[in-house]
Amino acid sequence: MSVIVRIPAQLRSLTGGAGEVAVEGATVAEVFEGLEQAHPGMRERLLDEDGNLRRFVNVFLADEDVRFLKGIDTPVSDGQTLSVVPAVAGG
Amino acid sequence: MGFVQGLVCRECHRAYPAEALHVCDYCFGPLEVAYDYDAIAARVTKERIGAGPPSIWRYVDLLPVAGPAGADLNPGFTPLVRADRLGAELGLGELWLKDDTRNPTGSFKDRVVGVALTKARELGLKVAACASTGNLANAVAAAAARAGMESYVFIPANLERVKVATTAVFGGHLVAVEGNYDDVNRLCAELASDRPEWAFVNVNIRPYYSEGSKTLAFEVAEQLGWQLPDHVVVPIASGSQLTKIHKGFGELAKVGLVEPHPVRVSGAQALGCSPVATAFAEGSDTIRPVRPDTIAKSLAIGNPADGWYALEVVRSSGGRIGAVSDAEILEAISLLARTEGIFAETAGGVTIATLAKLAAEGAIGTDERVVAYVTGNGLKTVEALGDAVGPSYVIPPSLEAFVAADRAAGGIR
Repeated sequence: MSVIVRIPAQLRSLTGGAGEVAVEGATVAEVFEGLEQAHPGMRERLLDEDGNLRRFVNVFLADEDVRFLKGIDTPVSDGQTLSVVPAVAGG
Repeated sequence: MGFVQGLVCRECHRAYPAEALHVCDYCFGPLEVAYDYDAIAARVTKERIGAGPPSIWRYVDLLPVAGPAGADLNPGFTPLVRADRLGAELGLGELWLKDDTRNPTGSFKDRVVGVALTKARELGLKVAACASTGNLANAVAAAAARAGMESYVFIPANLERVKVATTAVFGGHLVAVEGNYDDVNRLCAELASDRPEWAFVNVNIRPYYSEGSKTLAFEVAEQLGWQLPDHVVVPIASGSQLTKIHKGFGELAKVGLVEPHPVRVSGAQALGCSPVATAFAEGSDTIRPVRPDTIAKSLAIGNPADGWYALEVVRSSGGRIGAVSDAEILEAISLLARTEGIFAETAGGVTIATLAKLAAEGAIGTDERVVAYVTGNGLKTVEALGDAVGPSYVIPPSLEAFVAADRAAGGIR
């Protein structure tokens, strides 16, 4: 299963400047693990010590907030887009 | 000259330069402006402020800009009015209303945009942009027009027609997005990564923009004769305004303009979009996003960026957070209009309805000096009133018809 992960400007130093990367995985958590393998340092920026999504990180699977789905256990399907977006915006 | 030292992450305290940045690269926490308060205290006096212009710019020493804007709409310094009739209806002792319906485009957003676009121009950014529930759209489009900046305003496609028209008239790019505000906000958060040369006032300029809401605290204190109120009631959308009002009161004490005094801060949400009120009621630290369904569209943020900080301010200050139904919102708009002559938009209805609810529950003391923030003008959301208002009766143009109809309606004689 390969998904496209959209990387915010704040994390592009870890992806060599790339705004999108393709990653394998069957769930959001697995995709993040794949991201960590390819771009070390990514995990601690996205997840806290307990493995939960950091408070100020929003993740959208095909435009749906994964907090409305199954969080990082949400299954992903081939070709879907997973967007990582800073939560602090708006209002 | 300004007193800004830089930006600091509110969570992990890493320092950043005072540029167009809003999120900590490391932990994604929000960046806050850091000031040299000793230098501010040495500069500001009540006299210096009193001699300033009748706008937010009288507090420029406490704002994150080098100086007042050249071309802007001079927002702020709106009336603080004593509301004895409304207070009596609600069983309150001393009630005041901060009437921000009287800003240039009819909401408090003119304040934050004034600061944001001034900072944007200092940073050399030439395009003003925002995600908006409507009030910010009005404010950005108008202020950009005045300043001669290009603008890109992103709104949910189902926004009230009046707010669409009163944005579009200023001639910038108005982009209607098929989705709710949270969808629009996410789009803009992503766009901000791709268009770093644009000033998204509530994304990459957000640390400066949000500071504009402190003027809601500064003005209330000055208008009360440089005293802090006992209790304020503030609507919660993203939670930023409430947080910054609290910060503003604290800063006035910090720089010696007022005597320190605890201010209870209470929040107001619509039941149809009440993630912060829900967390407060449940005693939870987690704010679960919701899908908004309320007539109070200007407060319809289901995933509030500063919700957690607002919760923290309310809890630590001894305030409460109320949530009110659409029917209560409409009733409160009418109550405020008929008792005080102020026509508020739906967000004002949320605030007044919550004020009424907290008063009825005894959560506001009759000995407290209370200030409720009415943050937007009712002309913007006339659609929401629907059939709730209309003529008392319809008559042909004759004296007899009037007399008969007025008697039947129990009129004055």
